Amino acid sequence: MTIAGYVFMIIGGLFFLLGGLGVLRMPDTFNRIQAGTKATTLGAFSVLIGVGLVNFEWSWIAKIIIIIVFIVISNPIGSSTIAKATYYSKYKPDNLVQDDLEKRGDE
Amino acid sequence: MKYFTTFVALLLVYLLLAGFTVDEVILGSIVSAILTVLLTKYLNFKIDLKFPLRLLKFILIYIPVFIWKLILANFDVARRVLSPKIPVNPGIVKVKTNLKSDLGKLTLANSITLTPGTLSIDVLDEYIYVHTIDVKGSDGLEKEKNISGPFEKILEGVFE
Repeated sequence: MTIAGYVFMIIGGLFFLLGGLGVLRMPDTFNRIQAGTKATTLGAFSVLIGVGLVNFEWSWIAKIIIIIVFIVISNPIGSSTIAKATYYSKYKPDNLVQDDLEKRGDE
Repeated sequence: MKYFTTFVALLLVYLLLAGFTVDEVILGSIVSAILTVLLTKYLNFKIDLKFPLRLLKFILIYIPVFIWKLILANFDVARRVLSPKIPVNPGIVKVKTNLKSDLGKLTLANSITLTPGTLSIDVLDEYIYVHTIDVKGSDGLEKEKNISGPFEKILEGVFE
């Protein structure tokens, strides 16, 4: 159980690493937000599950479930809000092949 | 009924975080009661007899699909990040949703954000505007199927 827990933590750390790398390497803001959100969500999941397996007790598991629920709710809302703020502050990457939000309210 | 549900939910969260001892139950009840009085006027939800069934559907059908999609999304990110020339073809796509309730739309938008290659930017009326890393398909319907298809049906069963 302990070993499985540490394996989960290492996997989670790798996802965090990938997320950070994604934020560095992606070409524009929206893609960076995407890489950041997904990797940190699963990374946090994985690390927390690892902690739960290492300390396999009811009180720890209850807390971890609550934390996971809050992360799953707040993480995508946060990144959506950043993306929305980015878009409405007139930032526009050159590589967009399509932009439906620009013609909103036309129909 | 609304007060009672809010109170129970808050107390449950408090106790799961703090642990089940007599002190915590007393303090948690006081804190939850105060918060219930303060918060209830901002809350807008209905609890009916179908609620347990919906919850069951949510846990048994939605969550496994969601976790599977989240894992796929991460491998997608990993593949893009690690390839020497990053393959992107981004665009902002309009997706129509049939969900009426705010909570349903929120859940759908969140699910879209955490599925491979998509990020919801804004929800206006019945459309969700989604930033897609790789615009696929030529017409609108095909894109909708790619983006919200798997979740739309499940969430309709849960929230409508």
